[in-house]
Amino acid sequence: MSALNTFNLPDVGEGLTEAEIVSWKVKLGDIVAINDVLVEIETAKSIVELPSPYAGLVAQLLVEEGQTVDVGTAIIRIGAAAEAAGAIPMYGAPAADVERAPVGKPLVGSGPKADAVKRRPRRTATPSVPTAAQSVTSAAPSVTMAAPAVATGTDSLVTPSSVPSFGSGANGTRDGRVLAKPPVRKAAKDLGINLADVSPTGPRGEVTKKDLLSYQDQRTAERDDAGSFWQPIRASGLGTAADQRVSRIQVRGVRKATARAMVESAFSAPHVSIFVDVDASRTMEFVKRLKNSRDFEGIKVSPLLILAKAVIWAAARNPSVNATWTGDEIIVKHFMNLGIAAATPRGLLVPNIKDAQDLSLKELAVAINELASTARAGRTQPAQMAGGSLTITNIGALGIDTGTPIINPGEVAIVAFGTIKQKPWVLDGEVLPRWITTLGGSFDHRVVDGDLSARFMADVASILEEPALLLD
Amino acid sequence: MGAAQLPTTEFEDAGIDEPGGSLEAAQAAETAAPEDDMVQLLGPDGTLRHDATFSPFLERLTPEKLRGFYRDMATIRRFDQEATALQRQGELALWVPLTGQEAAQIGSGRATQPQDYIFPTYREHGVALTRGVDLSQLLKLFRGISNGGWNPKDNNFHLYTLVLAVQTLHAVGYAMGIQRDLAADPETEPAAAVAYFGDGASSEGDVHESMVFAASYNAPVVFFCQNNHWAISVPFEVQSRVPLVNRAGGYGFPGIRVDGNDVLAVHAVSEWALEHARSGQGPVLIEAYTYRVGAHTTADDPTKYRPAAEEDKWRAKDPLIRLETYLRAQNLADDAFFASIKNDGDELAAYVRKTTLAMTVPDIRSSFANVYAQAHPLVAEELAWFENYEASFADQGAGTVAGSTTENGAA
Repeated sequence: MSALNTFNLPDVGEGLTEAEIVSWKVKLGDIVAINDVLVEIETAKSIVELPSPYAGLVAQLLVEEGQTVDVGTAIIRIGAAAEAAGAIPMYGAPAADVERAPVGKPLVGSGPKADAVKRRPRRTATPSVPTAAQSVTSAAPSVTMAAPAVATGTDSLVTPSSVPSFGSGANGTRDGRVLAKPPVRKAAKDLGINLADVSPTGPRGEVTKKDLLSYQDQRTAERDDAGSFWQPIRASGLGTAADQRVSRIQVRGVRKATARAMVESAFSAPHVSIFVDVDASRTMEFVKRLKNSRDFEGIKVSPLLILAKAVIWAAARNPSVNATWTGDEIIVKHFMNLGIAAATPRGLLVPNIKDAQDLSLKELAVAINELASTARAGRTQPAQMAGGSLTITNIGALGIDTGTPIINPGEVAIVAFGTIKQKPWVLDGEVLPRWITTLGGSFDHRVVDGDLSARFMADVASILEEPALLLD
Repeated sequence: MGAAQLPTTEFEDAGIDEPGGSLEAAQAAETAAPEDDMVQLLGPDGTLRHDATFSPFLERLTPEKLRGFYRDMATIRRFDQEATALQRQGELALWVPLTGQEAAQIGSGRATQPQDYIFPTYREHGVALTRGVDLSQLLKLFRGISNGGWNPKDNNFHLYTLVLAVQTLHAVGYAMGIQRDLAADPETEPAAAVAYFGDGASSEGDVHESMVFAASYNAPVVFFCQNNHWAISVPFEVQSRVPLVNRAGGYGFPGIRVDGNDVLAVHAVSEWALEHARSGQGPVLIEAYTYRVGAHTTADDPTKYRPAAEEDKWRAKDPLIRLETYLRAQNLADDAFFASIKNDGDELAAYVRKTTLAMTVPDIRSSFANVYAQAHPLVAEELAWFENYEASFADQGAGTVAGSTTENGAA
């Protein structure tokens, strides 16, 4: 006979109309005290924890996780001070972290979704100017009120069917908080772009209108499918026939920065490139063993990891390759911010792993994976690209044997890692199939002379040939 | 040293001869050591600091008073948590948390005397406590059932002001009134007005006007600015290139920057300033250098505009922890004392919750009744129109209290 207390979704911001139930912090049968956290909700403004207004037994959870419901919807029922009350403290601490938890969340201002207009139903018989619209609105509430009753069905976790319209809205907000102003969100929605795919450049990491547009430009460029590539471009109507035979891509953002950096590097630093073929079979074995070892479980291991380690090792033996040329002095760095060139949705980026010399093999593996996934997601931050000291470019990933890389400005050496494939190789007078790769390196001759670059490359190659040397 | 902010001559002489010169000096000092250039008596580590001007004020404090400071700060923090929870439960439309600013509010509030008159912003819950306002009454406004909630005349604690900065003008006007009361009857007990405002309000024109008038009339007013570093999402550096306290030099009255997380220093500085004002020497600006650890309001999300590291840095300067450390080190308080405070806090929270939930929506007709003292035909006509309009709805008397309502009985 214990009465049930119902907790309706409150408006935790100023004028919010709905929220998503992100996760329940209690389950059926739990005993909660006043101010114990019940649920985490996400509003248009942010994620907020709701503390319990009642003490008692959790009797019903009325909304499933992932559902978006209107403010005022009943979300949980709690048995009033349960029979087992002796055990229940009336007062829980408001939340574990006294300063943090109860403190508010949503951002000031109204949410990005327009408030639903709700009118109080009018008496139909009133003499006050009845209109068609009014009779419609007076009918509506009775429908929405009936719906939950229909849905009240099988198990205790009832999904009110009165909230079908939110499926579309949940789309963008679900997979993380991409920052963007409402007009940009709107534009992205109109263009069918998922904001999470756009790399943000705003001062607080938000996606700007510019980001969106350059993403859109790139996307359109890429979308021109090969089949129709040789066709004249049908679009616009502006421009002459000749114009339709070329497409113009605005040079901006990363493309522009890349172009500037490459020109600066190629025409100011006298490049010397050298190449060496390496039998990387032992590296391949080593990588295989690492993949199978329990210690590296869940960590992606590739030959690039061994090369990275080899470059760090070899740089310590030939410090001048880890340097900067300033004109009047050569700054030799006693740290290795190891850059890894990455093709990203934004273009070529060279984020680097800070103080890579201090990392164990495992830590380095994790760092490379993080760097790569961040870059691929287009989330590389400027700070992650600054202060590099030596770069690796993994052209082998695309099946290329080797090339002459251009040095990242501010550095004096870059190593190109070609593809590794089985080739005939002469070993002890016999031709054997071995895993062969080609290492290429470009060096700034102002700093690194031929013999030094050769020694450095030979050192790197020796590790790929025998990774066990890393142990010394 | 703290008093460097305050041109030293001011203590000997109420007037400032060369405000420009001292301003530059203060500015230079600020660039050199912005963090330390404020009055501090109790450091973040809970040990005493010496200040030639303000340390003597500590001698006035009995152990009972010191424990009282702690009790006040802990009480108001607990109240703040409860009010925040009530907002999250839909019982309040909004709440303005004060966590982090307890020392600034309790220290200054406890320095006031009953005859002083306080003009708060909307965040001065701690000051309300020191003035003896029933804390549950503060929630009426935030529950949306009253424009005030208490009678300001009972405690000389004015109603919360939501319009940023206007209370500084009210305070100066009130202070000018005090001057006139004194002129009419020299036996009147000297009093001062205190204008509370924040760094955000300091950017409003009203603050400037109020300071000009305060200086012109040498009004007995203390401008107490809690620089909590964030005007919603705008950092202090955007609002002012120089420390706020420097502005006092421009108006020609003393300004003191005090560690707003040090309740002892705030109390000492406030006592000095209030005595200065009450004794007819004119206005004082106090900049309490503190930090809003939580959100601007429950409708704000600080994680969107400031790094967690900054909050952590300020948590290390927590006003309660440092006083607790001091009280324990001096053997002025034991575990039982702190346990009793926690208990009392929970009791207060339960009382506030119960009182709030019992608050009812006032009859709209009372608004019509409060327009004129006597019956008025126009008001009567409007009331009749309203009654008619209200009767046209199908759902009679739909509650208008914020958010959820309790719905008993198994559904």
